[in-house]
Amino acid sequence: MKVLTITFVLLSAVVTFGAAQTPEEKGLNVAVKATKADEGFVSSVVDLKMILRNRQGQESERFLQNKTYELTEDGDKSMVVFNSPKDVKGTATLTYTHKIGSDDQWLYLPSIKRVKRISSSNKSGPFMGSEFAYEDLSSDEVEKYKYKYLQEISLNGDKVDIVEQYPVDPKSGYKKRIAHYNKDKGYRLEKVEFFDRKGEKLKTLTYSGYKQYLDKHWRADKFFMVNHQTGKETELFFNNYTFKTGLSEDDFNQNSLIRASR
Amino acid sequence: MSSSLAQQKADKVYRDFGLELEISNRTFFNDGIYSGQKNNYLSASIQPEYYLEWSGGEQSFKAVGFFRWDQHDNRRTHFDVRELYWQRVKGATEVSVGVKKVFWGKTESVHLVDIINQTDAVESFDGEQKLGEFMVHFSQFTKIGTFDVFVMPYFRKRVFPGREGRLRPGSEDGLVIDSRDFSFESNAEEWRPSLAFRWSHYVGVLDFGLSYFNGVGREPVINDLSTFNALYGTIQQAGLDAQLTTGAALWKVEAIYRQNEFQDILALAAGIEYTFGNVKNTGIDIGLLAEYLYDDRDNIALSGLQSDVFTGVRLAFNDTQDTQLLLGGIFDVERTTQLYFIEAERRIGSSFSGAVEARFFENVDPSEFTYVLRQDSFLQFSLTKYF
Repeated sequence: MKVLTITFVLLSAVVTFGAAQTPEEKGLNVAVKATKADEGFVSSVVDLKMILRNRQGQESERFLQNKTYELTEDGDKSMVVFNSPKDVKGTATLTYTHKIGSDDQWLYLPSIKRVKRISSSNKSGPFMGSEFAYEDLSSDEVEKYKYKYLQEISLNGDKVDIVEQYPVDPKSGYKKRIAHYNKDKGYRLEKVEFFDRKGEKLKTLTYSGYKQYLDKHWRADKFFMVNHQTGKETELFFNNYTFKTGLSEDDFNQNSLIRASR
Repeated sequence: MSSSLAQQKADKVYRDFGLELEISNRTFFNDGIYSGQKNNYLSASIQPEYYLEWSGGEQSFKAVGFFRWDQHDNRRTHFDVRELYWQRVKGATEVSVGVKKVFWGKTESVHLVDIINQTDAVESFDGEQKLGEFMVHFSQFTKIGTFDVFVMPYFRKRVFPGREGRLRPGSEDGLVIDSRDFSFESNAEEWRPSLAFRWSHYVGVLDFGLSYFNGVGREPVINDLSTFNALYGTIQQAGLDAQLTTGAALWKVEAIYRQNEFQDILALAAGIEYTFGNVKNTGIDIGLLAEYLYDDRDNIALSGLQSDVFTGVRLAFNDTQDTQLLLGGIFDVERTTQLYFIEAERRIGSSFSGAVEARFFENVDPSEFTYVLRQDSFLQFSLTKYF
């Protein structure tokens, strides 16, 4: 039996290199290329403004700041500090993303000065009442999905690869995502469609106002998320992007989480 | 980093000013046990904050003041410097000098290991509000965890509600508990310095802290409940707090061993918090809480928690207005005493928030300290404006 298995593995390896890739391999390949294309930003800081809009068009705003420290052997470390609404000002989260397994996450509550380790398993819930789920905003590690390549299309003269992504984590709120990678612009994402656990289309996220930083890293100025099932929308604006900021790993521990609250 | 960028960073100054104004009304359902107590209390508070950061975040200064006015309770009308400190950070090292607040712990219903700051007993019933404490605080983050050292030269007494206040002990002949009458075990009194150390770390799913405190105990030792003869003892306390985070379950434990001339205390709290996140895709999180509380002091503690069970439900609606609700109860295992509470809050517009708090004391056993609170079930509404 063991010999048979080994033979099978060898055979499939030969098939892989000899013939065309399977859609699964091709999809994974795109995701790996996208990750590689963005490697080397070292660290980044960005200010975010979120506009939440309900079906009636009523709006509410949130302001926050995100700091990221790039790691390649494991997932990135990041910190989010809430500045507005004022009643949650100073609330902050520290996340250590892991390529495999659940992330480590701590929450700082400034009114009682408490740092609390929180469960990262509740990833499908809404982030600050918005149409973004926590998992939509966490660091996109290749290992978090299984892939299937669909097709190549053309968008404003650029070649775009469309890839289905199946979340590995059963706690994900999605059955699949359909991601549009722009091959001619460093595999940046142009659009992602989200399908709920029943397979129904749930949300569409479109990226716009792309700028290239350090001649390499593409970052959108705006994320626009529409929930097709509720009619609600969230706009997320990114301002004052800075890279290679001089931040070190010392800026991503529980002491710095408390300090970041200011 | 290029030198010009480094210079830019060093020159950067960040300033922030904040202000919170709160107005609240607390209604007691029953008449008080002691003369002078009222049934309705209007109160208001103001909390200004100032923060300054320079040298690219390496140095900072923070000041937070607090003043509460209470319609009837002259002790609840109080002022406090919550924070007033300078901080210097270099890499993984942090030094702070001044008045600061520090929290230690993991459990929800009691905060046994949390000993750095004196409790602001007139501000909140659950003990989560603290007085500022003057300290020199050194903190070093390393690969094997964070090491904290605290030197606190001056002790702050706990303040209890005044004659016309509720939620206080008293006696039939009008005696009022007054912390100013308490004596000290140490001849240096308030100037007996306190020292504290803590090592905290995390490994995988485990977060833990080990702490040691030597100084004036924050909680007065009651010698005689009928005359309120009490003193602040010189204590040594070892503390352990730990949490396991496994999926949606948080397993928590806190334990302390406190030693002084008059009593040795062992207290423990252990429990679980389990959250059903995004229930049926509504965005609502339902958290279930259960903790067991043990304290071997029996009746001479300023708490009624000898052997009790805490259970609660936390609802987070995760809506645009951040609506949250916490319902719970503490039940004595050996006696009849039951304490119930409701805490709810919701943002109103973009810069206001409203809160409701209610506490009920039911079937309080006469042998418990909380027996003096048996008439003090209340309902409170508050509105806060943030600037």
